[in-house]
Amino acid sequence: MDKQILIEARELSRRYGATAAVNGLNLTLRQGEILGLLGPNGAGKSTTMKMLAGCLAPSGGEVTINGVKLAEDPKRAKTHLGYLPEQPPLYPELTVDEYLGFCAGLHGIPGGERAAAVARAKQACGLTDVGQRLIHNLSKGYQQRVGLAQAIVHRPAVIILDEPTVGLDPIQIREIRVLIRELGQSHSVILSSHILPEIQAVCDRVMIINKGRVVYAETLDRMAQHRVEAVILGLLRPPALETLARLPGISHVDVLENGQFRLAVAGDADPREAVADAAAKNGWGLVELRAQAKTLEEVFVELTSGDVTIHETTKEAA
Amino acid sequence: MSTVLSIARNETRRIFVSPLAWTMLGVFQFIVAMAFVKSLDTYAMNAEMGDRVTGVSDYLTMNVYGFASVIGLFVIPLLTMRTFAEERKSQSLTLLLSAPVSLIEIVLGKFFAVLVFVLAAAALLAVQASVLMFGTHLDLGKVAAGLLGFVLMLGAFGASGLFASTLTREPTIAALLGFAIALVVWISSMFQSSPGWLGQLVGYLSLITHYDSLSRGVFNSADVVYYLLFTVFFLWLAVLRLDIERS
Repeated sequence: MDKQILIEARELSRRYGATAAVNGLNLTLRQGEILGLLGPNGAGKSTTMKMLAGCLAPSGGEVTINGVKLAEDPKRAKTHLGYLPEQPPLYPELTVDEYLGFCAGLHGIPGGERAAAVARAKQACGLTDVGQRLIHNLSKGYQQRVGLAQAIVHRPAVIILDEPTVGLDPIQIREIRVLIRELGQSHSVILSSHILPEIQAVCDRVMIINKGRVVYAETLDRMAQHRVEAVILGLLRPPALETLARLPGISHVDVLENGQFRLAVAGDADPREAVADAAAKNGWGLVELRAQAKTLEEVFVELTSGDVTIHETTKEAA
Repeated sequence: MSTVLSIARNETRRIFVSPLAWTMLGVFQFIVAMAFVKSLDTYAMNAEMGDRVTGVSDYLTMNVYGFASVIGLFVIPLLTMRTFAEERKSQSLTLLLSAPVSLIEIVLGKFFAVLVFVLAAAALLAVQASVLMFGTHLDLGKVAAGLLGFVLMLGAFGASGLFASTLTREPTIAALLGFAIALVVWISSMFQSSPGWLGQLVGYLSLITHYDSLSRGVFNSADVVYYLLFTVFFLWLAVLRLDIERS
């Protein structure tokens, strides 16, 4: 809860001529968190990440990395940062070792420690066997890993990954996810994607961006808890509808097929226990009871289609 | 400074692992060798005709190195087009931009790598000239001044080429622009003969005017400073251009 804030963006904006790619975006990331940035194509994810990484100057607002303002002291702020853009910034004519060695030097790792840092990054990204090979000759998946190794070789406090699993096969995607999870334990990670299961699998917190604005920000556990919308109930000997509707925490009952009912939930409470108790007591023959939670996908579609709904949960989500 | 060296080392490596650099050095050496042989031939002929004033070193510095600089005018933009334009196109420039290094360090690092290439070309010329030492007396000071002029001139092309490279994301356009800048500054010497102060000024700013004295073996610090200022000016423009791009 009180972990150090590693990256903070306040009222971040970026204009390209008349169009605002990012508009008044706030973002906070604490140590050991993995934040997922979600959004449809062109929502401003990459622009946001470029600004956080210091590759693009914001039109308004400011970014603070590990207590250092990016605009005031970019060199010092950037030492705490590892960035993997959408297209990994590789030099195909170099070998993996040469490339990573250069990256380590670029981030101020002294000559004597470079080899160790490179070995560590290669180990973490599964590149130990390809150190001597030319990056040009590696497959797309390995190139992506080299890009990732580049972002972590100097052990930055914050790692920014723009669509890290694009173009990978399913096995590689799983490996990269595991790797990101591991990284999330010691570093803070910001990750963008438009693949929802990926965010769900990896992140602690999710932020949905649409048209340059944050439309949703919540931790994933929290979302799983209080987003019980309805309870699906299957009964062999159902009672009258009114009886079901009178159960505590239920606002409305719909009859589905095959003796199933959909009980709409009133408020935040989870009514499943009460429903199960009642069914057992009255011998309704309970065969099915499950919560119908709002999935990330539903939230996403709801928030990003049509007009922008400002639903920013300002309650500190951490 | 260590970051500048780090970038310079990496850029040098990237230049020399590419076949482009070796092809350019090879072609350069071949063409210059032709001019070299032709100059020796002319020298031998003129010496028979009784020219006791112009030595073989003069032929070397005026004809061969002057000619080598012209080839450099074509070659260097091909090298500098990769520095920013091609990196921008392949999006590897982000690596440097997101790293804790300043734009000045990036530009200097890349420039020093180009300079290493220029020095390699100059070293080839030096080896070529040293062959003559077996057969004749060579005015080493004169040759050194000529080579210095060659390095300064190509370094200036390198700086203007780097700047051209920051302007676009298309390597071919960058090469063309780099070539154009170098050529315009080169041929502006033709205005020297035109009347009025403007013609004089434009003529004075020409790259070639300042090569003349060096090729005669005269080390005039004004000429050296001219090349250095030209170089620094274009590197500074490159830094400004990159800074504009960020915001």
